[in-house]
Amino acid sequence: MASYSTNEFKAGLKIIMDGDPYNIIENEFVKPGKGQAFNRVKIRNLRTGKVLDRNMKSGETVEAADVVEMDVQYLYSDGQFWHFMNPENYEQLAADATAMGDAPQWLKGEEACKVMLWDGRPLAVTAPVFAVLKVTETDPGLRGDTATGGTKAAKLETGASVRVPLFINEGELIKVDTRNATYVARAKE
Amino acid sequence: MNAVHIWRPSATLTNLKLRAELLKKLRAFFEARGVLEVETPALSRAGATDRHLASFRVENPQGGFLYLHTSPEFPMKRLLAAGSGDIWQLGKVFRAGEAGRLHNPEFTLVEWYRVGFDHRRLMDEVAEFIGVLLPGLKKSPEYLSYREAFRRYAGFDPSAADKPACIAALRACGKEPPAQGDMDYDGWLDLVAGEIVYPSMGHGQPTFIYDYPASQAALARVRPGNPPLAERFEVFVNGIELANGFHELADAAEQRRRFENDLAYRRAHGLPQIPMDENLLAALQHDLPECAGVAFGFDRLVMLAAGARSLAEVLAFPCERA
Repeated sequence: MASYSTNEFKAGLKIIMDGDPYNIIENEFVKPGKGQAFNRVKIRNLRTGKVLDRNMKSGETVEAADVVEMDVQYLYSDGQFWHFMNPENYEQLAADATAMGDAPQWLKGEEACKVMLWDGRPLAVTAPVFAVLKVTETDPGLRGDTATGGTKAAKLETGASVRVPLFINEGELIKVDTRNATYVARAKE
Repeated sequence: MNAVHIWRPSATLTNLKLRAELLKKLRAFFEARGVLEVETPALSRAGATDRHLASFRVENPQGGFLYLHTSPEFPMKRLLAAGSGDIWQLGKVFRAGEAGRLHNPEFTLVEWYRVGFDHRRLMDEVAEFIGVLLPGLKKSPEYLSYREAFRRYAGFDPSAADKPACIAALRACGKEPPAQGDMDYDGWLDLVAGEIVYPSMGHGQPTFIYDYPASQAALARVRPGNPPLAERFEVFVNGIELANGFHELADAAEQRRRFENDLAYRRAHGLPQIPMDENLLAALQHDLPECAGVAFGFDRLVMLAAGARSLAEVLAFPCERA
């Protein structure tokens, strides 16, 4: 199994701590002139997303995490798993709800997603940055009101909830930024 | 950093000019006090046995190895024992494996020794030195014993506690300590110092920490008492350690014991054995005058004077561009 010494630490390196894969966000070498050297690291748990501050003795080694990111196409969900295909070799893989996180609310089918694999198993799935979806529920629109800047709640065909401008009506298509679940613009079919 | 541009210096020309300006000021400081500037070898048959310093070793074509010094302390003490009187030196020193925002494996040290001084009197002179080179700070420094500093910032007395107090203090600050169980109490104290105590030191004025645990004496005298304390000090500005000073140990037998203990620690921890400096021990045997000495990190001083955040901003070419 590959391993890294703290001397090789840098942002972006993937390591295993306490059985979980982590991404190194920051690494700082700390040493009193006459004393023990440490590395002060900020790491993100790739399974839970939690960020930790941790100290390690310099020279310690940790196991490398075999984490890779891959482009995949969303196929369908069977209710328990979400199924994807690698467009290069047509191999399929299935991600569970934990790996999916917030992604399902943006998926209808055939979207190009990114999946992070740890030892070949899906760890996290990221939906495309922009999704075009139909508004299925919202209060009636205010005709002509395109300037006041007010917003209202809307439900989309995939079940996602976003704030939309007052002039948007049920049945319209909108473009949404999936990173922060915000309305971007009206969209055409 | 884009590999195409690493031929360029990482410091601005303004900072390099400031560096030259500070060099002039520090030469004038020692000139005015009648302290003799000396040069001693950077390459030596012996090295520092210190547990937490790693030396660069180079092959000697005449056989064996030579060590790049981690500080000029040993040959400077030989000069003192030979009757040099007050001396100072500016030079490059080398510490393997130390690289980061506040570390570079090769750095510039200002080291000086004052005959007839103890660590307290030398602290006052270091305060004057900082006053001249970092004039923006309040002139009156803060003085805290190691014990007071820990009590105030980490909430426990280091002479009456053990590992669990360190772990509790770290957790209380939201810091997850290392899992390894093989670190000694001094290692844990270093961790608490580096994470909690030292970052709080030296804001607006220099802070001196003095009277270290006897187990962290290095080359300082230990004053008997309960607990016995090392007559050693460090000084901090903006949470950054600038210097380390000692009321110098002059007892050859005690110095040999400390070297041997360091080498035993090195053996037990799989660290390289370093030949101890028999010339230093012979000089101590001859007679080291009563004196105090301090090693001051020049690059960090320039960094603070420039308002920079990292050494790379004041070094023409840090190690990764060297």
